[in-house]
Amino acid sequence: MPDKPSARLPERDRPWLIRTYAGHSDAKRSNELYRRNLEKGQTGLSVAFDLPTQTGYEPDHELARGEVGKVGVSIAHKGDMLTLLDGIPLDQMNTSMTINATAAWLLALYIVAAEEQAVAQESLQGTTQNDILKEYLSRGTYAFPPRPSMRLIADTILYTVRHVPKWNPINICSYHLQEAGATPVQEIAYALSNAIAVLDAVRDRVGRAPQDSEEELMDKVFGRISFFVNAGVRFIEEHAKLRAMALLWDEIGRERYGVQDDKHRRFRYGVQVNSLGLTEAQSENNVYRITLEALAVTLGRDARARAIQLPAWNEALGLPRPWDQQWSIRLQQILAYETDLLEYPDVFEGSKVMDGLVAELAEGAREEMQRVAELGGAVDAVDYMKAALVESHRERWRRIESGERVVVGMNRFTSTEPSPLTADADGGILLVDPQVEAEQIAAVGRWRAERDEAAVDAALQELASVAHDESADIMPATIAAARAGATTGEWAQTLRDVFGEYRAPTGVGEAAAVPSEEVAALREEVERVSEALGRRLKFLVGKPGLDGHSNGAEQIAVRARDAGMDVVYEGIRLTPSQIATSAAQEGVHVVGLSILSGSHRELIPAVLEALRDEGVEDVPVVVGGIIPDADADAMREAGVAAIYTPKDWNLNQMMRDIVALVGERHGIDTAAPA
Amino acid sequence: MSRTKADGRLLGARLRNHDLLAAPAVLNLLESRSPAASLQTGALLKAVSPAALGSEAPGHVVGVTGPPGVGKSSLLSRLVTQWRSRDRSVAVLAVDPTSRRSGGALLGDRARIDVDPSDRQVFIRSTAAGDRLGGLAPATRAAAAALAVAFDVVVIETVGVGQAETEVADVADTVAVVVQPASGDVLQFLKAGIMEVPDVLVVPKADLGRIATRAVSDLRAALRSLGTAGTPVLAVSSAAPPSGIDELVDALDAHRQQLDLPAVRLRARRMHALADFAAERGERGLRALGGRREAERWLAEQDPGLDLPGLLAALESRASEAEAAAG
Repeated sequence: MPDKPSARLPERDRPWLIRTYAGHSDAKRSNELYRRNLEKGQTGLSVAFDLPTQTGYEPDHELARGEVGKVGVSIAHKGDMLTLLDGIPLDQMNTSMTINATAAWLLALYIVAAEEQAVAQESLQGTTQNDILKEYLSRGTYAFPPRPSMRLIADTILYTVRHVPKWNPINICSYHLQEAGATPVQEIAYALSNAIAVLDAVRDRVGRAPQDSEEELMDKVFGRISFFVNAGVRFIEEHAKLRAMALLWDEIGRERYGVQDDKHRRFRYGVQVNSLGLTEAQSENNVYRITLEALAVTLGRDARARAIQLPAWNEALGLPRPWDQQWSIRLQQILAYETDLLEYPDVFEGSKVMDGLVAELAEGAREEMQRVAELGGAVDAVDYMKAALVESHRERWRRIESGERVVVGMNRFTSTEPSPLTADADGGILLVDPQVEAEQIAAVGRWRAERDEAAVDAALQELASVAHDESADIMPATIAAARAGATTGEWAQTLRDVFGEYRAPTGVGEAAAVPSEEVAALREEVERVSEALGRRLKFLVGKPGLDGHSNGAEQIAVRARDAGMDVVYEGIRLTPSQIATSAAQEGVHVVGLSILSGSHRELIPAVLEALRDEGVEDVPVVVGGIIPDADADAMREAGVAAIYTPKDWNLNQMMRDIVALVGERHGIDTAAPA
Repeated sequence: MSRTKADGRLLGARLRNHDLLAAPAVLNLLESRSPAASLQTGALLKAVSPAALGSEAPGHVVGVTGPPGVGKSSLLSRLVTQWRSRDRSVAVLAVDPTSRRSGGALLGDRARIDVDPSDRQVFIRSTAAGDRLGGLAPATRAAAAALAVAFDVVVIETVGVGQAETEVADVADTVAVVVQPASGDVLQFLKAGIMEVPDVLVVPKADLGRIATRAVSDLRAALRSLGTAGTPVLAVSSAAPPSGIDELVDALDAHRQQLDLPAVRLRARRMHALADFAAERGERGLRALGGRREAERWLAEQDPGLDLPGLLAALESRASEAEAAAG
């Protein structure tokens, strides 16, 4: 008989790292926010960067317009990084940076900032997200094509394993896959396939320039790979998903990479729980959702998160205020310190239900991973995975629209009292000072004027020549450029010149059509209006600016196609003038713009102006995204025909509106014939 | 009610004056299917016909075709840049491979052609292919004929599966076929006899090195065995740093140089008329003409001076006569 497992742990577990994903405006304001959060009992930092920093553009670049300091902090050079970390002891802090395309650069800035604090890189702790494939699949902040991006990732991994041993050089993200609509099986399979692609890339580079015994090095590399996962409100299945990932990760370590040490094969993950399921309608209910989702990643000790950051209740409305973030930290603290959660061994041990769920998910994931492997691995399967995600997301929306999937307060139990939480003048969200962009542009100008230009030029030249040589390690030249005072935009531009640029697949072409009576009725209406127009109703769906969150735009493009429209969808990261040129040349009847990064106040008027310059100002413009009410009125006045926010989740209704709008502009009677 | 306000004659005059900004309105008109629009389309095509111009339209109509995913758009991106650096204006008619489901279509190709949006000398228009996967869009032939009056280069981009190669060959002065290296394409070419279509063969992804070189030599061998060894085969790379693009443009130019342009365009007009007739009248109409081949033979004997509306009218009356006789 085996020993009866003790029902209690001899001593209470230490809690996970408690963080909030934070940062906005400039380094100084973000530093103040971090210090306040740390005083409140937060135990680690999680830095949110703005989109120009994430995609490697200067604050004064055309594409950065309206985005500086919006979804995170603008870090343009080492001076900004020093300010950001001022008074925070880097030998003790554990800092997670949500940074991908420019991860090598931000890591270099962090190392250089530590040098100035007299902290050796060996003692730094933290994480760079550094996962590019999910940027192609979901999040959109990529900068370079796949092959050179994988090289950058491999080089940062090898550099940190050798010189910054406590650093997590990559957080393989399943988080964003779920946000893009992944089922649990897809989330597991694509994240692990992605990890395999990364490990293979590292192994390949080790083979080129061996410095250590490869076996031992790959063991260490494997041990440094961590994950960043998502947890939705179906929290039992979500917990099973994490156990299945741990099981498969162990398998991959043993079988594919021959990792001997159990410790190196442990599945380590941090988590941000689901944003996709948060609602704008009755947004206070999100607090319950977040709580349940937090249970998904903490309940069973064998698959418990190492670090957690929870969203704030009002994410679907706009940027959370410091008070909203405090409320979110308190939830973690109650879970970690008030409840008895950390006093027991794994509470699911021996559970037939849990084991059954885990086996089912693992089996499904193995099959899907096999499919990806047959396509040549995750890098080559980006198109396939993207299309599969768009398809899953479409199915998810269909279920919500049909009511098969209940979302309380949104498609069921919708009657409500007015919310006192959003009654304040600020509408219950944080408003970024509109002066930040101009300040940051001026500041980076001063920085460029005051630095040693010759040193920067030499460092960037060296970076370019290293980039050209595929076998060379990109990190030392990157750190040297950071030290010399180069800017984020200069580092990225130097590499863009060598590596070229890239546009990720949109995945919309392959999505299946939705068979429904409602869509059939819509189609008839589109046919009728198209006939009256003389040619098929043509709709441009555009994503201006740097915001890469394209899931919503993709679903709208697919539904518009299903409704019978010709849809021009060009993917993310378009300038206002590109959108206007497309609208004119393509002869579209209506333009739809999607922005979730808060830059709508700058970008929407810019698109309207560009349309006027192209002489197509009579084409109506509709806007979708996270648009606070206060901004919506101003945009309507500027000429926007309609505004849709997350509470307008019924896509068919949106399509009906758009057809009616086009009809009205062309004097076509759109009331369906009796 | 119809909203067609376009004036075909005026648009034709704008094209003759090289007013490139007329292009969107020209396409809007050509894509319109109302009776009023057909009237204006006729006026437009008359205004840009050789008779009105005194010569064939001077633009070079280039077909670029190849299987999905072969990298046509990135190649086009580089080609457009190359043509622009030679100071030529370029119109791209991207025929999207997405078959129409539910009547609608997703057109996403133009995004992959990376050009300066403020450059007025570049025009890109995407249209959904007709009912057939890979076929031309209904307005493509007319658009190519009209835009070749104003633009130096008119590119028709299609997905080369099945009928598309031959259709694009009907319209284009020069057809470049893009062949996927290390695929079954090379063999497919030999089997399917598509080797008759390309004027230039392009092997992309030259950065793959040996694989591309191998594809080039296989294709050359295949061309020799078919007795068309003169067809140029070029390896190009669209990835940074690009290579072979300059040579490709030279090869396209060289092909155009040795063309009997009036003969090529005359055939294009006749095939255009037949395609429009078939779209309008369907299989029954074609049968009334004695079938497609017989119709082509008959067209070849007609007055070379006929413009498109004239050719259409001729086909119509011949079909009516045949139907009446059978009647």
